[in-house]
Amino acid sequence: MGLLSLSSCFTAKERKKKYKEEIDIRFFTFSGPPSSGKTSVIIKTALELKKKKYKIAVVKFDCLATDDDKLYAKNGIESITGLSGNLCPDHFFISNIDECFNWAYAKPYDILISESAGLCNRCSPHIEGCTAVCVIDNLLGINTPRKIGPMLKTSDITVITKSEIVSQAEKEIFAFKIRQANPNAIILHINGITGQGANRLSDLLEKTPQIDSLEGKELRASMPSALCSYCMGETFIGKDKQKGNVRRINFDSIKGEAVSEKL
Amino acid sequence: MKNYNKIKSMKVHEMLNVYPYSSEFFNINGLPQAGEEVSVHEYFSSLPYSVLQDIGASRDELKKRLDLFIDTMQNMFSIGMPDIKTVTIVGGTAKDGTVENISLTVGIGEVLCIAGNTGSGKSRLLADIEWLAQADTPTKRKILVNGRPFPDSMRFSAENKPVAQLSQNMNFVLDVCVKEFIELHAQSLIDKKTAEKTKNIIQSANELSGEPFDLSSPLTSLSGGQARALMVADIAFLSRSPVILIDEIENAGIDRKKALRLLSSNKKIIIIATHDPLIALSADKRAVMKNGRIEKVIKTTPFEKQTLSRLTEIDEFIEKKRKALRNGDFLRE
Repeated sequence: MGLLSLSSCFTAKERKKKYKEEIDIRFFTFSGPPSSGKTSVIIKTALELKKKKYKIAVVKFDCLATDDDKLYAKNGIESITGLSGNLCPDHFFISNIDECFNWAYAKPYDILISESAGLCNRCSPHIEGCTAVCVIDNLLGINTPRKIGPMLKTSDITVITKSEIVSQAEKEIFAFKIRQANPNAIILHINGITGQGANRLSDLLEKTPQIDSLEGKELRASMPSALCSYCMGETFIGKDKQKGNVRRINFDSIKGEAVSEKL
Repeated sequence: MKNYNKIKSMKVHEMLNVYPYSSEFFNINGLPQAGEEVSVHEYFSSLPYSVLQDIGASRDELKKRLDLFIDTMQNMFSIGMPDIKTVTIVGGTAKDGTVENISLTVGIGEVLCIAGNTGSGKSRLLADIEWLAQADTPTKRKILVNGRPFPDSMRFSAENKPVAQLSQNMNFVLDVCVKEFIELHAQSLIDKKTAEKTKNIIQSANELSGEPFDLSSPLTSLSGGQARALMVADIAFLSRSPVILIDEIENAGIDRKKALRLLSSNKKIIIIATHDPLIALSADKRAVMKNGRIEKVIKTTPFEKQTLSRLTEIDEFIEKKRKALRNGDFLRE
């Protein structure tokens, strides 16, 4: 597995020896629903960090294709892309991220940012000990915070975008819902077009601790799981085709919201 | 875990009684409804493993979250809005690199108008004030509050931001009816006089827009004028922010004089970008923008105030004709 092939990495010790100083790096996970403005926020923030003389790389995770690498290149930000193909992008992320880290470490970069594909709301790429940012936009509606799992609820910083196209009241209501969903996080409004707010985020990120390895670190929440016949390529519909970790809607207890039940 | 220790032996319904907002904790975290007779501690202990897997959190994490949730909801607005008496715009650098040599102070109860051609930098100036800039925007302006830079802790606070903005938006995106919208906003500000304010807001909004709508109207179906009228009334009655920024209220199709009067009635600092002579002359002073910088500041002269009453007459004349045409009348000599 792994479309990312990264070779010739140093270990922490080798790197320290080579550069003769403590040059550990900072690693941030950025996640968020599709089209919420992750790439724009990362670009604006990375440009602010570059002004402060940090060397930055972005690793973008996506499914089938991405154009974000061109956007990053256009803004003078180095990036690599990992395409998960028909695998869950979250699982693909976690199986590749330590090598991405080692690559960035060996280069050496000062900061590595990972951008998730952001395809499912249960998505949960945040790692203990690494600053986690969730990007979410005002147009998603006030019920969305409820529908988003660990991606939002375990983040350290929640960035709200597209505030310039909603009313003051809607902006306040949305921020309140976000606060309720994750009382722990710092909430920041960033304008992805003008970049207003990005330098605040860069200030916050600059103050986070550095690390020298991802090995042994743990996810903040378990990832979405499945191990069923459809994971293995089954395409036919029917009870006798469903094997493994399968769930069905429980029609006996439906009260407005469908409740699923594990078999 | 101070709060959690306090509530863990309470029955769930007792907790909901003491902390009414805590019901939202269960909703927003996708937790199953609790039987009312179980204690909070028993509730968490009895959560099935599959539920914990679904939401990706352990029992202990959920307890911590509830503890923090209660703490946050209780203290959200306890710092309160700062007592703001003046806002000062300290000049930065214009697009062409020229220095903007200015220090302009607006006091409480005052209206400052920002005049200037399209593209002259009016919206940028509003954005700087909204951001309470500290030489950290492209213009390098500084915005002082009570003569001093505003502390970062409050400047970036999502809840206690002292600046509210009425932008050029003409529609809402929230998929609720007018009543729910006002209630949601009041809730998010932990405002207790919701019923009274709801009445005030809908009444004022209708006075401003001219096309009546009611509390059951879907928010997203309001016309541009109705939406703008509701935004104005909402800011007037609900906003806690002492500084209000307005971007071109004249395009809204609402009674702009009434709107300005409503917004300025309760001791606020109002800064308004406009092309409308009527509004420009109603202000105490106006900043004139050119090439991205404030070129001069003009205090409204007594002669200008006289001109204002003449302009008002003309405006009323035009308004009368507009109404007549809207109603399908002929214009007669």
